[in-house]
Amino acid sequence: MIKRKNINKRAWFSSPYIIWVVGFTVIPMLVIFRYAFTAREGGFSIENVLALFDPIHFKALLFSLKIALGCTVICILLAYPMVLAMRRLNLGQRGFALFIVILPMWMNFILRILAWQMILSPNGILNFIVQKLGLQPLAIANTGTAVMIGVVYDYLLYMILPLFNAIAEIDEDILEAARDLGAESLTIFFRIILPLSLPGLLSGIVMVFVPSMTSFVISDILGGGKMQLIGNVIEQEFTKSANWNLGSGLSVTLMIFVLISMAFTMKNDVEGKKSAIW
Amino acid sequence: MVEKLKDLMSRCYIALILLFLYIPIFVLIVLSFNNSRSRVVWGGFTLDWYRGLFANAQIREALITTLVLAFASALIATIIGVSGALGIHAMSRRNYRIMMIFTNIPMLNADIVTGIALMLWFIHFIPLGFGSVLLAHITFNIPYVIMSVMPQLQRMNISIYEAARDLGANALYGFFKIMLPQLMGGVLSGFFMAFTMSIDDFVITYFTKGAGVNTLSTMIYGEIRKGIKPEMYALSTLIFLVVLCLLLVVNHVGARNEKKNRKYYLAQESNEREEFTL
Repeated sequence: MIKRKNINKRAWFSSPYIIWVVGFTVIPMLVIFRYAFTAREGGFSIENVLALFDPIHFKALLFSLKIALGCTVICILLAYPMVLAMRRLNLGQRGFALFIVILPMWMNFILRILAWQMILSPNGILNFIVQKLGLQPLAIANTGTAVMIGVVYDYLLYMILPLFNAIAEIDEDILEAARDLGAESLTIFFRIILPLSLPGLLSGIVMVFVPSMTSFVISDILGGGKMQLIGNVIEQEFTKSANWNLGSGLSVTLMIFVLISMAFTMKNDVEGKKSAIW
Repeated sequence: MVEKLKDLMSRCYIALILLFLYIPIFVLIVLSFNNSRSRVVWGGFTLDWYRGLFANAQIREALITTLVLAFASALIATIIGVSGALGIHAMSRRNYRIMMIFTNIPMLNADIVTGIALMLWFIHFIPLGFGSVLLAHITFNIPYVIMSVMPQLQRMNISIYEAARDLGANALYGFFKIMLPQLMGGVLSGFFMAFTMSIDDFVITYFTKGAGVNTLSTMIYGEIRKGIKPEMYALSTLIFLVVLCLLLVVNHVGARNEKKNRKYYLAQESNEREEFTL
């Protein structure tokens, strides 16, 4: 009984955080919802939220979904061999490899994307190499492909890290046993590695999908202003058109995708919480 | 033989991914020595941009703002986050889940939505400027601290703390002498993660900063149309190299500690085995 009381007392430690959550997470969300459901001239309206289905906005949404889906799939395909290869390294090398993978984050991300613009531009490094090889120059600059390269580049890390954490924890003995019993590499991957790394894969998807859908800097720089993601549309409503209500309305509709990701992670998290008996 | 071939292939694959991650960084480093304002022409080697860097008051100001912001927001987020995690951990299962959902919101929400929501709320009570950016950064940093402290809290052996309390230590003394040392790994990694996230952030800063304040990210974004000042490449190269050196040192020390720890764990494990046989 005494212990029970102690625990409840300790819960008070979180009061500064609870105040912060209310003040800077809950209220801002309510405020953006209020803007979203208010017409520009005042008064309740759901027009700004339904504006997503305007042909221009809907086109941006479809392009965003295409980029986000493509980016997520490519990141998964690139990251799995990477983490499996990293697993083959010994412990010290693993830590070092991880460190080398994270390090590029310390170069400002806008500059890194600008560097890609230079690499992909018609007279850039890539075409220089391609022409040296005697091939036709590529016209990647200012296309959807350039935007795709940019988002994959920027978010690959967020797929590698959770996947690596999940895969590093798999017991080598299990794989050994499977091999002893005659399982082929593919069987081992689909029956053991994939299921055991599923939590990592899920959090990787969550960390890649929504951000790649809503980024506006990458599409701005690598799309040459022609490739509009839904993030670009929202940003312009705030900076150029100054229609805050419309911008808020579109933001609120984006939250549907955030809610879906949240459902994913919470399922993970609840299973992850071991009973905290004390 | 087959294993060796597999090792070689996995190393090649790691090298390929690293090449992809590092190409833009090489480009930026080369540009920082390029004696030409153009981004595509090589005008010979120069150190001018490094010299100019220390004379440029604007860049210096943005750098200081960025660092102060990152340090202050990470520190405050760590204090609120650690006490928050301690409290949440003591809550009932239902409240724990509710709090974790709210903790997930800033992490999963699209940056652009978080930034806009905070901006719409801030304009009701404070002028947009350094203060509002600081509040915003603390808000998105706290979840990273909680996420890195929580697993350690769940693994922590609370009996030691209770024993200390039974022997007459008060709550504060027990916290600083017993709990905090056990949590230190999570607290530190939470702080550094928050620091990194704050330095790397562009979108949320962009929407909450108002006029007059600039971090390195927002300054670079403002220069995209006019052309990036080459001093920026020099500064990023310097930051990159400083972080590289720091992390190499930390990694080296960490590896040495790990070796020690591993020996200790091995010794412990064999002790445990003996107990079993007894």
